[in-house]
Amino acid sequence: MRKKPFDIYMKIFCYISIILVGLLSFSLVCYVLVKGAKNISWQLLSTSPSYLEERIGILPDIVNTIYLVITTLIVVLPLGVGAAIYLNEYATNRKLTSLIDFASETLAGIPSIIYGLAGMLIFCQFLRLKTSLLSGSLTLVMMTLPTVIRTTQESLKTVPNSYREGAFALGAGKWRVVRTVVLPSSIQGILTGCILSIGRILGESAALLFTMGFAHTLNNYFTALGSSGATLTVALYVYAKEQGEFGVAFAIAAILLILTILINLITFFLERHFERRN
Amino acid sequence: MNIIESKNLDLFYSSHQALKNINLSFPENSVSALIGPSGCGKSTFLKTLNRMNDLIDGVKVTGQILYNGKDIYASDVDVNELRKDVGMVFQKPNPFMMSIYDNIAYGPRTHGIKNKAVLDELVESSLKGAALWDEVKDRLKKSALGLSGGQQQRLCIARALAVKPKVLLMDEPTSALDPISTSKIEELVVTLKDKYTIVIVTHNMQQALRISDLTAFFLLGNLIEVGKTEELFSSPKEKKTEDYITGRFG
Amino acid sequence: MKERAIGIIFTLLGLVSVLFVLLITVYLIVSGVPAIGEIGFINFMFGKVWRSTGSDPQFGILPFILTTIWGTIGSLIIGLPIGFFSAVYLAKMAPKRIRDIFVVIIGVISGVPSVVYGLVGMLVLVPFVRTVFNLPDGASLFASIIVLAVMILPTVIKVSLTSLEAVPKDYEEASLALGATKIETYFRVSVPAARSGILTSVVLGIGRAIGEAMAVMMVAGNVANMPSIFKSVRYLTTAVAIEMSYSSGLQRQALFSIALVLFCFIMIINGILMVLRRENKDA
Repeated sequence: MRKKPFDIYMKIFCYISIILVGLLSFSLVCYVLVKGAKNISWQLLSTSPSYLEERIGILPDIVNTIYLVITTLIVVLPLGVGAAIYLNEYATNRKLTSLIDFASETLAGIPSIIYGLAGMLIFCQFLRLKTSLLSGSLTLVMMTLPTVIRTTQESLKTVPNSYREGAFALGAGKWRVVRTVVLPSSIQGILTGCILSIGRILGESAALLFTMGFAHTLNNYFTALGSSGATLTVALYVYAKEQGEFGVAFAIAAILLILTILINLITFFLERHFERRN
Repeated sequence: MNIIESKNLDLFYSSHQALKNINLSFPENSVSALIGPSGCGKSTFLKTLNRMNDLIDGVKVTGQILYNGKDIYASDVDVNELRKDVGMVFQKPNPFMMSIYDNIAYGPRTHGIKNKAVLDELVESSLKGAALWDEVKDRLKKSALGLSGGQQQRLCIARALAVKPKVLLMDEPTSALDPISTSKIEELVVTLKDKYTIVIVTHNMQQALRISDLTAFFLLGNLIEVGKTEELFSSPKEKKTEDYITGRFG
Repeated sequence: MKERAIGIIFTLLGLVSVLFVLLITVYLIVSGVPAIGEIGFINFMFGKVWRSTGSDPQFGILPFILTTIWGTIGSLIIGLPIGFFSAVYLAKMAPKRIRDIFVVIIGVISGVPSVVYGLVGMLVLVPFVRTVFNLPDGASLFASIIVLAVMILPTVIKVSLTSLEAVPKDYEEASLALGATKIETYFRVSVPAARSGILTSVVLGIGRAIGEAMAVMMVAGNVANMPSIFKSVRYLTTAVAIEMSYSSGLQRQALFSIALVLFCFIMIINGILMVLRRENKDA
C-alpha cells in the first residue's frame, strides 16, 4: 500500500508529542515523590518549627491549610450555589444574567497574583482584617467563586424541566421546588465544584503571600482566623527560595502532589459515575 | 458487464450476523435501489462496497466483494484508492466547514492535484455535474454551511464526483430533504448514470420506482429478491416482497 | 411575600461576582493610577530602567512588559505544538484506555501547584541550563520559558481535546469516503472543524503564561534586565511579587501600577476569549 509522507510526518509528530507529555509527567511525579519520600518523617508532620531545637515541622502549615480550605468553602459554597440557582431558576432579566456570566468569566481569568494584591487592598487594608487567615480565605472566595457557579449551573441544567413542572403542578412554591426538587438533583455539581475548589485552594500561593502571610504558629481555629499563617504551598516557597531547606520543600511538594493526584482521581470517577447514571 | 458484485457475503457485528450470504451484482451505468425496512441490512451492505464498515470496531466480513473482478477485501488493496473509485453520499448532508470551492477541491487535493487551473476546472465540472453550478458560481469562496439543505446535499454529490469515481453509493440521500430538493436530486441521479454506476439505499419505494433500473429487497440481513425495478414492483416473485411493497402502498 | 424575599436573596447572591469584579477593578485603578500620573505614562510604560530603591529611583517597566511578552511567546512556541499534536493523538488515534489514563495524567499536571513546578525548575532545570549552556547562572528567561511551556501544556491539551472530540463523525466519514486517509482526515477536516476550540485553548494558555507568578519567580532570576534569552529577567507578575513585602511610598504605588498594567493585559485576553466562546456557541 502506498504511504503518503504527510501521514508519516503527522503520525511521528503525534507520537513524539504524546511520548514527551507522558515522560515529562511521569518523571515529574516520580522525581517529586522520591525526593519527598526521603524527607517525610513523622516528626516533620507532627511538630512546629523550633529554632531552639533546630527543627523544622510543618504541622502548623498543614493545620492552616485545612483551616483555609474549610473557611473558604463555608463562604464560597452558599455564594456560588446561590448564584447558580439565581442564574438557572430565578433569572428573568437577560441583561442581568449576561452581566453575571461576564463577571464570572472575568473572575475565572484573573491571575492569582492580582487576587493577592486586590485581597490585600480590600480585606487586609480597607476592611482592616490585617494579614490573616480570614483575609486569605476571602481572597480565595473571589477566586473560586466562578468554579462553584459553573459546576453547579452545569448540573442544574441537567435537571429535567418535567421535575420542576411536576412539583409546580402540585402547587409547590418556587422556593419549595428549588429546595426539594432542584437542589437534591444537582448535588453532583456542587460536589464537583467543592473538589475543584479544594484543588485550587491547596495549590494556591501567589494570592496568599500578601493576604495570609508566612507565620508558622499553631493556633486553634478562631485564633488562626485572625492571625497570619503559611499554608503548605507558601511554606514550600519560603523553605525553598528563602531558606534553602530543599528537603522540607520536597516533602511538602510530595504531599501536595499526592493530594493533587487524589483529587483528580476523585473527579474522574465522580464524573464517570454520574455520566453512567444519566 | 458487472462493475461491482458481492459473493457469499456475510457480515458480523461482533456476534450478531447482520448480512447473510448476499450475492448481488451491479451492472455498469445503471441505478440500483436497495430497499427494505429499517435494520434490514441495506445500509450495512452499501457500506461494505467501499469498506466504510472498516471504521466500526468489531465488524467482520467474510466472502468477497469484487470490484472490476478484484476482491476489495484482499490484503493488497489500498482502501483509500478504492474509496476514490467508489464514492459515497450520506444520509445527512455533511459539507465540511470550508468554502464551497474548498469542499469540492478537498478530494482532488487529497489525491495530489495541486495545480490551480486543474482544480478550478474540476470544481466547475463537478458542480455542473451535480446541477449546482449556476446557483453557486458567484459565491464559491463563501462557506458551504450557508447553502440550503438540498444544495448542501448536491454539494456533497459534487464533492464525491470531483475525485472521478466509477461507482457512487448513496445512503438515503434525500431522507433529510424537502420534496422539491428531493426531486432535484432524483433528476440528477438519472442523468448521472450515463457516466457512473449508482447504488442507492432508499426507504421510499416511489423513489426506487422513479429512478432505478434494478431493485434489491432486503429483510433481516437476507437478500430476498432482486430484479428489474418494474418487474419487481409489478410482479414480485417472493411473498415477502409483495407484502412489503403492497403494505407500504396500501 | 416569603417567595419574593427569597427571590431577592438569590438575585443578590447572583450579583456577588459582579461586585467582586467591580471591587477588584476599582481598587486596582484607584491604587494604580496615581503612580503612573506621577512618573508619567510614557516614562513608566517605555522606560528601560527599573531602579526602585536607589537615591535617584527610576520606574520604567518596559523590561517587565517585554519579558512577559517574550516569555509567553517562547512558551507557546514550545508548548503549543506538543499540546496540539498530543490532543489530536488522544482525540482521534489513542485507544480508549490510553486516552483515559492521559486525561487523568493531564488533570494531575494541570493541578500541580505552581510552587512545585518552581521547586523542580529551581533544582533540576536551572542547574541543567547552567551546565549545558555554560552560564554563570541558569536562572534565566530560557528556564522560565521551559517551565511556562510545561505549565500551559495541560490547558492546551484539555481544551483542544474536548473540541476535537466534539467534531461530528459525519465530517470524518465524508472525508474518508473520498479516499482520504485517516490521518489526512484528522488534520484536514477534524482540526479545521475544531479550530475555534483549539484557538480558545491557545488563548487560555496565553492567559496562564501571562498570569503565572510563583513558578516564574523561582526560575527566572528576577533581575530587572531587558529580556535576553539567557539573562536573568523579571516578569510583570514577579515584579509585583518580589518587592511588595518591603515596598513603600512611590515604589509601592508603582507596584500597584504594574498590577494594573497586568490586569489590562489579562482583560484583553479575557475579551478575546469571550468573543471566541460566543463563536463556539454559534457554530
